Amino acid sequence: MATVIIILVKGLILAVILLSVFGVMTLTERKVLGRFQFRPGPNRVGPGGSLQFVADGLKLLLKEEIIPNGADRFVYLLAPVISLVAALFAFAVIPWGPPVHLFGQTVPMEIGGPNVGILFLFAITSLGVYGLILGGWSSHNKYSLLGGLRSSAQIISYELAMGLSVTGVLIAAGSADLNNIVSAQTNLWFIVPQILGFVIYVICMVAETNRAPFDLPEAENELVAGYHTEYSGMKWAMFMMAEYVNMVTVASLATTLFLGGWHGPWLPPEIWFVIKVALFMFFFIWLRATLPRLRYDRLMAFGWKVLLPVALLNTLATAVWVAVAR
Amino acid sequence: MLSSVVFWLAAALAIAGAGGVLLARNPVHSALSLVVNLASLGVLFLLLHAEFLAVVEILVYAGAVMVLFLFVVTLLMAGTKAPKDEHRLRLAYQFLLAVLFGLILLVLVAHVMLGADWISNLAGPNAGSFGTIAAFGKALFTQYLLPFELTAVVLLVAVIGVIVLGREHGANR
Repeated sequence: MATVIIILVKGLILAVILLSVFGVMTLTERKVLGRFQFRPGPNRVGPGGSLQFVADGLKLLLKEEIIPNGADRFVYLLAPVISLVAALFAFAVIPWGPPVHLFGQTVPMEIGGPNVGILFLFAITSLGVYGLILGGWSSHNKYSLLGGLRSSAQIISYELAMGLSVTGVLIAAGSADLNNIVSAQTNLWFIVPQILGFVIYVICMVAETNRAPFDLPEAENELVAGYHTEYSGMKWAMFMMAEYVNMVTVASLATTLFLGGWHGPWLPPEIWFVIKVALFMFFFIWLRATLPRLRYDRLMAFGWKVLLPVALLNTLATAVWVAVAR
Repeated sequence: MLSSVVFWLAAALAIAGAGGVLLARNPVHSALSLVVNLASLGVLFLLLHAEFLAVVEILVYAGAVMVLFLFVVTLLMAGTKAPKDEHRLRLAYQFLLAVLFGLILLVLVAHVMLGADWISNLAGPNAGSFGTIAAFGKALFTQYLLPFELTAVVLLVAVIGVIVLGREHGANR
């Protein structure tokens, strides 16, 4: 019974942390984007605009909830919930520190560490697509439908290359358990031998989270706002939360797989983990401020004709290298 | 205690999902019910310590196959309404066929289950590592190598078929 309580408490803490990160990230993104574009960004609410995200949250809570005429009510309400739940659930297997000893019990920092660890994470994130495609379909709006179809096509395509880019790490570590992968990087981070896999992973990670320059599902000049065109208030906010939590998850996975997880000198391991994830989060904003959006057919061609073959080659090369080295 | 609660919940959801596939009037709702069914099956696999199978069930079936189903359904359904009564009459013989095949499947499942050697499987040599990726991979590449390779050939044929069909279409344009 104690283990069940520990898991519940950990889950609650993690959900609160992730959703607070969402609030802080929206503010950070607006401020940093502002700096990139030579303007101050939001600076009216609180000192230096630091309470802007509270104002945003209040506004969304008080906003009128609209369900469009002709929408499939049940599916329309379900879609944002699927997105958010899948996003939060996926983080459960990320080890963001070594196990701690608390009240005479050894408590691992992740909620669950199945030996299929990383596959579990991919399985859950693959369910997140339902939020987008169902949100697009149930809104009864052609822009939403097209946005939903686009995003699901994009995510399915890049999921393949992403999975293959990670296979190299799995072969090199000899395990799919994220804790084993972290401990396999005690001496050398996998970013060095798996640099090709890392580059592919980072490209796919941006595409998977529908962020610029791969934010075609919500290309505003052709699709209004894509799958969430008809959503307002907290339902819209849930889609946004899912997007930011997904960003944190893929950044944490990149840290775990390629940057040695929580390993690092001097500072406590949890701090190292946060620093590495924060670097990736800044990278997301940087990309958004720098690169223009890709054209849709180019995006698909790039995923299938460049990323996938290169990822396959990387897997093959790693397998040969490991086989010869043993 | 806890695992039996989880079992009954997952089993009830699996049956509810299967029922929903048949009873829903809207194809998107049917597809969603099937996702519920597949996810519940994943939980049941987990209860049996078949971690890898559980994850693959969700990753491949719920995460990839059903998304493609939904993709096609939402694309084809845009602007159409639920089937009318004359369509349902035309579906009558399909209903009979479905019942027939369902019964055959039920007999097969019952036959396998009644004849299975449960005890020795549970206490077999692989009991400790059962369901892990390592045990699964080892079985796949030693004991079941031939069926595994044959499946790969079948998939290859399907892939070639897709390429041929796709090219034909492109050449005519």
